[in-house]
Amino acid sequence: MKNIISERVADFLKKYPPFNELHEKDLQQLSQEVTIVHRDKGQVVFSGGETAHPHFYVVHKGAVELRNEGNNEVIDLCDEGDIFGLRPLLAKEEYILQAKAYEESILYAIPIETFKPYTQTYEEIGNFLIESFASNTRSPYAKLQAEQIAAVIGSNSTLDQSSRMLDFQPVSFTKKPVCCKPQTTAKAVAEIMTKKKVGSVLVVEDKFPLGIITDKDLRNNIVTGKLPVTAEASEIMSSPVITYPANLTVTQAQMAMMKSGISHLCLTADGTTDSKIVGVISKNDLIVALGNNPSVLIKAVKRATKVKQVKAAHKGIMRLLQGYLDNNIPMSITLKIISELNDACVKQVIHICLEKMHAPPPVPFAWLAMGSQGRREQLLKTDQDNAIIYQDVEPKKEEATQGYFLKFATKVNKALQQIGYEYCPAEMMASNPDWCKNLAAWKLTVSGWISNPGKEQVLLSSIFFDYNSVYGDSKLVDQLSQHIFEATEDYPKFFYHLAEGALQNPSPSGFFRDFLVEQDGAHKDFFDLKRRALMPLTDAARVLILSQKIKSISGTVERYEKMAELEENNRELYLSCSYATKALLKFRAKQGMLHHDSGRFIALNTLSKEEKIKLKRTFKTIKEIQTLIAVRFKVSNKVV
Amino acid sequence: MSGISISRFFSRLWRSITEAYSDDLYQDPWKFEFVVLDTETTGFDYYTDRILCVGALKLREDRINVNDCLEIYLDQQHYNRESTEVHGILKNEGRDCVQEREAMLRLSNYIGDAIIVAHHTRFDMTMINKALKRQGLPALKNRTLDTSKMYRKTLITSPLLRKKQSYSLDELADKFNLSKKDRHTALGDAYITALAFIRIVKILRKKYLNLTVMDLM
Repeated sequence: MKNIISERVADFLKKYPPFNELHEKDLQQLSQEVTIVHRDKGQVVFSGGETAHPHFYVVHKGAVELRNEGNNEVIDLCDEGDIFGLRPLLAKEEYILQAKAYEESILYAIPIETFKPYTQTYEEIGNFLIESFASNTRSPYAKLQAEQIAAVIGSNSTLDQSSRMLDFQPVSFTKKPVCCKPQTTAKAVAEIMTKKKVGSVLVVEDKFPLGIITDKDLRNNIVTGKLPVTAEASEIMSSPVITYPANLTVTQAQMAMMKSGISHLCLTADGTTDSKIVGVISKNDLIVALGNNPSVLIKAVKRATKVKQVKAAHKGIMRLLQGYLDNNIPMSITLKIISELNDACVKQVIHICLEKMHAPPPVPFAWLAMGSQGRREQLLKTDQDNAIIYQDVEPKKEEATQGYFLKFATKVNKALQQIGYEYCPAEMMASNPDWCKNLAAWKLTVSGWISNPGKEQVLLSSIFFDYNSVYGDSKLVDQLSQHIFEATEDYPKFFYHLAEGALQNPSPSGFFRDFLVEQDGAHKDFFDLKRRALMPLTDAARVLILSQKIKSISGTVERYEKMAELEENNRELYLSCSYATKALLKFRAKQGMLHHDSGRFIALNTLSKEEKIKLKRTFKTIKEIQTLIAVRFKVSNKVV
Repeated sequence: MSGISISRFFSRLWRSITEAYSDDLYQDPWKFEFVVLDTETTGFDYYTDRILCVGALKLREDRINVNDCLEIYLDQQHYNRESTEVHGILKNEGRDCVQEREAMLRLSNYIGDAIIVAHHTRFDMTMINKALKRQGLPALKNRTLDTSKMYRKTLITSPLLRKKQSYSLDELADKFNLSKKDRHTALGDAYITALAFIRIVKILRKKYLNLTVMDLM
């Protein structure tokens, strides 16, 4: 029977092929037979060798990874609207690949018995299936075929297989290209290009492409003085436009551009200039499709106008990180580039959310990243910790002002969660009124922590004091930093407590120089890399640098380097701390990439002997820095 | 023993004393069938208000079968305009409505001996049981779970986090990133509740060793 859930299923399915071909009645009927399945991240949907289920799957939310268990190679990542697990059903075979939730997913399981008749009654559906089995990567045979084609064309053999496959994927292109009329003036065209941040504008009449204007055309015709800025688009455009049908692959698009020496291809319904425009492919689109390269990624991030696009770019960043780790790129460089890119993502998300607000911010504000992101040590996506400071307002406007920023922060927190930063379990997020305040209120809060440092206050300061201004007015942040130093001058005891806090996590090696592993909970017998090894180092760096009254440096590595500069006699210890931090961060990132999580907990039995020795070597440094802290800030009987 | 396991031990002990000793509930949740339900009513008064619509679905492990859902609209004698505006259910608005008696028979038949899951379960259960009583039918005696309370168990224990006594369905939908499009339709709310329930069970499974239904109560 039709019900509200089946209607929603139908609403979703009809957006994606081949279901978009179904008549309303058939779609409703099919939707009623669906089973909705929830899979947690890492949960298996089916394994290779398993008897095929009586249904195939469509990803409703999340993503599912198809993997060849034999060589552990990822064959495909299915996104929202993608179908998987269908071919074995039609071929009446066992599953060949393993399907596992790459992130938390909701799947629609569609019974093959209900679906099968449609493959015969609807020609389009039958064709769609044949085509997708033959051409795309939803089956291992397709890959084999792609490789054969690659061999014929003689593609670069040093590229790995998955990127070679990419060459045969369709390019994602701009579906709503920026257009102008033949009568538009050159000046207006230039303004449009600047505003929309594009390098080309299509000259269109009745949806048919007449010509294209690129930066180059403006340079050659206008800037040289050949034509005035009032010249019409039709005078300066390149014409006719080179057009192609929409289903171009990356390789075809590349070759087309090289052949004609152009950087933009116009896509039309039938591939000729006599049909309607469906989109534009720019060289940039191609590079984005091909490239894991920081400058391309940053461009992709900055151009994003939707959170979804930022999410896609973020996936690219993770691939880049994997590449860096695989190729042993120095950690200090990796840290800088990846945190720069992560920062850009957050900035863009904030920017997008600000645009979505109905009014501009009532007063200047700053968005602070706290914790690991504030220290710029966040390689993998972990929890979000953030806060807002806004300028003081008159008391009667306070409520409305905080209301505005809370609403704004809720949008940002949600968007960040969408791109993969989990909500902070302790709700240390700007959408929480405790973490969204005006400058005066923040000063009061911080003073409270400093003058009355209990356990909770020290914990709060240790998270908050690593803040870094990500977006907005950094003057507000500077004022707060200044206030912190003034307050600590009045209460020097604060450093004692901060130091004590830094020593509360005992040195990671136990009495017999064994690893201390977790005793209970979900991570029993795992080594907590964050708490046992990284936190002692970051906590120590924080108290040392704050006691030197330096707030501008928030990275742990940089903090130790600065300390090495300031204190000649402890130089070596500080440098080895900096080294140990880098080594541990790398360790964490590698483990995190391997298990697709935050990399915090490590199963010791999965480590090689060499890795264990490396890890242990950092422990000696941790012990030494803890001793130094205990002596310097006169914290007694704390060090193991 | 850690904090978690001590408190868990005592809460189990407490329950086994207070509730009738029920050994069978010390089993994995996925061994049971759950019926997730929600009612839309004309108001919040147990005596004068009536059920407008009931939505229910069955949960077997983490699966929901769309064809095995229940959505019943009730014929109204009692009619309260205010709440209709919230739910958008108009009296006899072209829907196939059934009498209260038939609705209740179908509902209790559908539920069978499954464990009932709802959000603010006490309200739904009281409304349903009052209706059953009016029709001279026996009250539901099924075990119940309440997602508004269960959600608390997933939160971390930290001096920095003030837990609320209970959480609204909107809050849960936000936390778990669930679409709120069908809020305030009975089956739509039941669906959101079901997804939240699955999430909560999976989170708690990581937190507790050998999760049982008792741990969800």
